[in-house]
Amino acid sequence: MLIYILKRLLSLGLSLVAASVVIFLAIEVMPGDAAQIMLGINASPDAVEALRQELGLNLSIYARYLSWVGGLLSGDFGVSYTYRVPVTEMIGDRVWLSFPMAIYALVLSTLIAFPIGIIAAAKRGSWADWLVMGGTQLGVAIPNFWFAMLAVQLLAIKYHWFSAGGFPGWENPFLAIRALTLPAFVLALPQASILARVMRSSLLDTLSEDFMRTARAKGNTRRQALVKHALRNAMIPVLTILGLQFSFLLAGAIIVEKIFFLPGIGSLIFTAISQRDLIVVESVVMLLVFAVILVTFVVDITYAVVDPRLRRKAR
Amino acid sequence: MSILSISGLNLTIGTVPILRDVSLSARAGEILAVIGESGSGKSMTAYCVNQLLPRGAVATGQVRFDGQDMLALDERALCTLRGADIGMVFQEPMTALNPVQTIGAQVAETVLIHTGKSKAEALRIARDTLNRCGLPAAQFPLDKYPHELSGGQRQRVVIAMAIALRPKLLIADEPTTALDVTTQAQILDLLKGLVKQDNMAMMLISHDLGVVADVADHIAIMRKGEVVESGPTAQIFAEMNHPYTRALFEASNHIPDREAPAVDAPILSVKNLVRDYLLPRKSLFGPAPKFRAVNGVSFELKRGESLGLVGESGCGKSTLTRAILGLEAIQGGEIVINGHRIGAGQFVPRELRRQMQVVFQDPYGSFNPRHKVARLVTEPFHLLSDPPSGAARKAAIDKALTEVGMHPDDADKFIHEFSGGQRQRIAIARALIIEPELIILDEAVSALDVSIRAQILDLLADLSDRLNLSYLFISHDLSVVRAITDRVLVMKSGEFVEVGDTGRVFTDPQHPYTRALIEAAPILEITP
Repeated sequence: MLIYILKRLLSLGLSLVAASVVIFLAIEVMPGDAAQIMLGINASPDAVEALRQELGLNLSIYARYLSWVGGLLSGDFGVSYTYRVPVTEMIGDRVWLSFPMAIYALVLSTLIAFPIGIIAAAKRGSWADWLVMGGTQLGVAIPNFWFAMLAVQLLAIKYHWFSAGGFPGWENPFLAIRALTLPAFVLALPQASILARVMRSSLLDTLSEDFMRTARAKGNTRRQALVKHALRNAMIPVLTILGLQFSFLLAGAIIVEKIFFLPGIGSLIFTAISQRDLIVVESVVMLLVFAVILVTFVVDITYAVVDPRLRRKAR
Repeated sequence: MSILSISGLNLTIGTVPILRDVSLSARAGEILAVIGESGSGKSMTAYCVNQLLPRGAVATGQVRFDGQDMLALDERALCTLRGADIGMVFQEPMTALNPVQTIGAQVAETVLIHTGKSKAEALRIARDTLNRCGLPAAQFPLDKYPHELSGGQRQRVVIAMAIALRPKLLIADEPTTALDVTTQAQILDLLKGLVKQDNMAMMLISHDLGVVADVADHIAIMRKGEVVESGPTAQIFAEMNHPYTRALFEASNHIPDREAPAVDAPILSVKNLVRDYLLPRKSLFGPAPKFRAVNGVSFELKRGESLGLVGESGCGKSTLTRAILGLEAIQGGEIVINGHRIGAGQFVPRELRRQMQVVFQDPYGSFNPRHKVARLVTEPFHLLSDPPSGAARKAAIDKALTEVGMHPDDADKFIHEFSGGQRQRIAIARALIIEPELIILDEAVSALDVSIRAQILDLLADLSDRLNLSYLFISHDLSVVRAITDRVLVMKSGEFVEVGDTGRVFTDPQHPYTRALIEAAPILEITP
């Protein structure tokens, strides 16, 4: 087990190095001169050149890569070309919104998906199964911006249960959670639908395995056999999807952020791209990659906890 | 007194009748063998006893177990009987255990479900039971997982789960079909011993008369959902009143007529062949350790000859086959096919590959279900530089199908429209279509019922006579190898321990391993 974890850690490190090179190169080949954009089209060539010097854009590609990575490691992400404030500060505020919101959405999605997925599988072909299959189909199909507006209309404007938008900060955790509930729910709905369907099909596969018959022959009731023998075996595909979904929830929330006026990572990167604020783009993308790789690592470790066959011989 | 008595049992699934008027009984301390080919209803009869029937199944008649009418009991009462009074052992030990739980937990679960005992006490009983089943604590601690055990060891765990609470009836559904001969003999021995020690009744379900001949007290022979003959074992074998019993018996001893003599010209010769596998690295640096699966073996296969290759799982016979077929590069020695030499690191070229074809064990898994037979049998055409098309292609398909006893019209059907035996004929047609000289039969008849197996063996004998084919016949089933091969190679741990004429090897085995294999194999005496 220890060797397995060490191996995963090694792969985590290598993935990070590879990702940083790819991100750096991708930004490098993008058209547009940051200095030119910051100063505007009418700036004198001398001024642009001076700024290029100041930003280090004239250094060799290796030197710039190393200084960027060195900065990342020491927590100095550089200074935004557009706003002239440290990138760390810009990201810092938004991370405290985006990460909790992603986790919140993931928890909601799991809480919805697991029970309905399990019920649908356990009562295959029943009305409950039909309802779950139909409902999740709808959940995947509904565009989230439309659902978001609907939710705002009904739950925020009409009943005033939740706030319609904006984020008050974490000084009052209750208000913060209240502000994040609707967006998290809107984010969670399609994810929960997918997850429930994966849970159902994975569980159905497991229920038809030979060892489930063995479990019944031992005297387990249908329900006992499901809980004791099927669930854990059905978890592997579900974990894979969960890992992928977290990554998506972190970076893919831009539309929902816009609708709820939330200053999140998604809208930050969108603005940064349109303003050619490459240093911000690089840093945010790197941060997201780090989060995704970290989640993958956690998922890999969970696999091994769930399935002993994946553990390298520990003895 | 009978622990189990079934009388007038009928079963339908949906609208399909599965069992008709089945009557059987089993007594404590005795083994009742239920014999039949696939689809005879033997397993369904067993599932009627513990009521683990598929959805839509309706059973009528009487199933009395220990004084209770099993068909009348509710699910709750059935759950208290299953595992406690009725144990069950299944065919596939590889999949019958939960892969994510330790063997100790799985055996203890039987105890925990039915008794109020503490977990520690249940684990102690699990330990004792595993010991009884031949899995001592030293090599098999309770925290082992199923994937760390071999097939035979897993089957012992399944048996331990079934007998942990000393049930009155043990149902064993083809418990040794998936195992090697020596393991099969050990498992049968274990079951037989347990029946005597615990004074259980046992219902042993099998397709193989040979397996049950030595162990069963009573035999019931089933066919198409009905019991055609039943009685004490000795009487059944002595009388064989029903023609089906006799047919079954003859089919399992079937020896096809073969006449074409082997010519003394090798079509395939293998010299000092070595095949290594890389194992997972132990340390981060340094070379990965190797496992030598085939360790310098040599043999010759003559034109028109049928050569057997026997050995237990893991002995290297499949690895050797893959190397000969050119699917994997060899690490040492050479393979000579029709005079062309292939050395270490080289792959078998296409022109040589077309002279060899292979037929695999599983007639269900070895075809793409979405292709029609015509496309399936013409697959080897990709080995030809100029494959026939149009009328020539049609003629080739017709010829290959006719050759194996199928109809040319079958070319337009899908594979699911055929039975297991027919599929294996189509697999042979697929091998024949590019007119190879050598066919490798990798357990090609092992999954078939005895009567179908006899037909396929006849077909193979006939084809080799007519087309002068050579066979490399790989099997763990010694009776089949004995029936169809001229010479036999006995393989163990990557090496040949004995090579010789089939008749000589079976009547006068020299190597102790060959002797052990032959002794373990169930052999039916031909008396009538």
